[in-house]
Amino acid sequence: MSAVNLAHPANAMNTPLPAAPSLQHQIEGRALRSILLTSLAWVSALLASVPLISVLYMLITRGGARLNLEVFTELPPAGFELGGGFGNALVGTFVMVIIGAAIAIPVGIMAAIFLAELGPYSRLAALARFAAKTLTGLPSILAGVFAYAMVVLTTGTYSAPAGGVALAVLMLPIVVLTAEEAMKMVPKIMKDAAYGMGSTNTQVILKVVLPTAMPAILTGVMLAVARAAGETAPLLFTALFSNYWIVDGGHLAAMSPTASLAVLIYNFSGMPFDNQLELAWAASLVLVLIVLVVNIASRIFGKPRF
Amino acid sequence: MNKPFTVALAPDSVCQPPSRTDIYVDRSFRFLARVGAIAILTLVVALVLEIGGKAVPGIQKYGFDFISGVVWDANTHRFGILPAIWGTLYSALMALLIGGFFGVSMAIFLTQDFLPPRLSAVFRIIIELLAAIPSVVYGLWGIFVVIPAILPLADWLNATLGAIPFFASTLSGPGLLPAALVLAIMILPTIAAVAQDALRAVPLKTKQAAYGMGATHWEAILRVMVPSAATGIFGALVLGLGRALGETMALAMLVGNSNQISLSLFSPANTLAALLALNFPEAGPNEVEVLMYAALVLMAITLVVNIAGSLLMSYAQRGNK
Repeated sequence: MSAVNLAHPANAMNTPLPAAPSLQHQIEGRALRSILLTSLAWVSALLASVPLISVLYMLITRGGARLNLEVFTELPPAGFELGGGFGNALVGTFVMVIIGAAIAIPVGIMAAIFLAELGPYSRLAALARFAAKTLTGLPSILAGVFAYAMVVLTTGTYSAPAGGVALAVLMLPIVVLTAEEAMKMVPKIMKDAAYGMGSTNTQVILKVVLPTAMPAILTGVMLAVARAAGETAPLLFTALFSNYWIVDGGHLAAMSPTASLAVLIYNFSGMPFDNQLELAWAASLVLVLIVLVVNIASRIFGKPRF
Repeated sequence: MNKPFTVALAPDSVCQPPSRTDIYVDRSFRFLARVGAIAILTLVVALVLEIGGKAVPGIQKYGFDFISGVVWDANTHRFGILPAIWGTLYSALMALLIGGFFGVSMAIFLTQDFLPPRLSAVFRIIIELLAAIPSVVYGLWGIFVVIPAILPLADWLNATLGAIPFFASTLSGPGLLPAALVLAIMILPTIAAVAQDALRAVPLKTKQAAYGMGATHWEAILRVMVPSAATGIFGALVLGLGRALGETMALAMLVGNSNQISLSLFSPANTLAALLALNFPEAGPNEVEVLMYAALVLMAITLVVNIAGSLLMSYAQRGNK
């Protein structure tokens, strides 16, 4: 019987023992592939950082070379003129961002209150949320086209308010979506405690939800401001550009073309004059610094308190 | 007004029922919040109606020929945007190819335990800074850094591989390739951020199961993690594409603004957004109606791509729950 034979100790002794596993370090094909892919990931991550370093280097060397007090106080130079600055463009950027913020922040926060607190599951909230998400993907130039159709064509002139409206369209979805998220993070027990003491919706929102969520709301607002400050496309044909101060000789030129840093960079970038190109780099440095300072400030304000 | 609360209230309680003023304030506040929510909806509707409405005369005058026409000449009143549509799609897809590769590998690199936390924070800051730089600054940088840097390479490619249609012309300054490169850098942060979220949403046990079966680091990533996060990563790519299609300034400064349809990466081209940026500031009433038509086409393209992207994202989020 074969089964008995196999089990017999004499037969088992005849079969050779399996070879002991090698204890030497071997590199298998798949391990090698892993190493190759890891190096590829490193290379691509480092390559992706090159543009940033190059941009910052150019800004500091070419923009920093021209940066002095004069550029903040003088008007843009014409053609072959030397010197000059972008004081009016800096003022124009501030004015238009403030107009945009004055429209977008109140509307955005009220809308966020509705989305987060008053009717989060209502049909209106679902639609408004979808609208806000759609707006985040809106090409910025279309915000400009909208403001052109709404404001420039009705008032008949390029102006700072038209530019402000275009920027507000871009800021609104950022404010709404971040403020809604911020308010949703407020612990429910805090709200319930306030309701339990007989507070109205308004009192709960104004005295509990908003103060608690304020740091995160500020982050969203500042991100929106930073984005708006750097936008060019929506200002190109709403605020246009101007070589003069917005307040000229004690007279506020509110309804006339207004300069902005971003449009100045765009206009000067195509000019054949060295002076204008230097100013474009200096303006870029100032613009990037403004955007970065606002971004960093938002991070400091936005640190969660608990 | 009857006060049902007062009955249940202990006489020495600090709690108070809302006064009449409180109730009125509450009502008007809630009303204002509702108005805010309605305002966003109205804004979207107004955007479509305003641009669509102003485009109606242009649509009636030029009809479908506007989309299939290849000439843009205000003097002879011949307007066609086919080259601009071609340039928009071509540059956006090129940018997606480059930015998508780097964006997704950056997301994998940052989420799949390659780096100590402190180093990965450095890379995260780099990506956030890339996103913070205004597009007009990228345009300026493109003119003075990217174009001079790729000129020799472009000449060499044209001289040796000129028979391939992609390299069929020489680069004479602005062109499709520099525009697409800068565009790729601009959409990289979007893609990297959204793809990171998608990869982080994959449950840890999925990865542990892959390791438990003896998978190498990269086998776990490529065969388990990336497929699990595929919908989200695809959504990231679609959102990146949406950004690339609508980006204006970098393209207006780098693409060359010439109405031609060419496969060559080195020939100047045009895009819808750049067309709007260049022609709107000096447009007369005749031109405004056709520009509004072009804006409507751009809005339709980006809207479709963006809505597809957000639907994918919400589908991916639902899948993870």
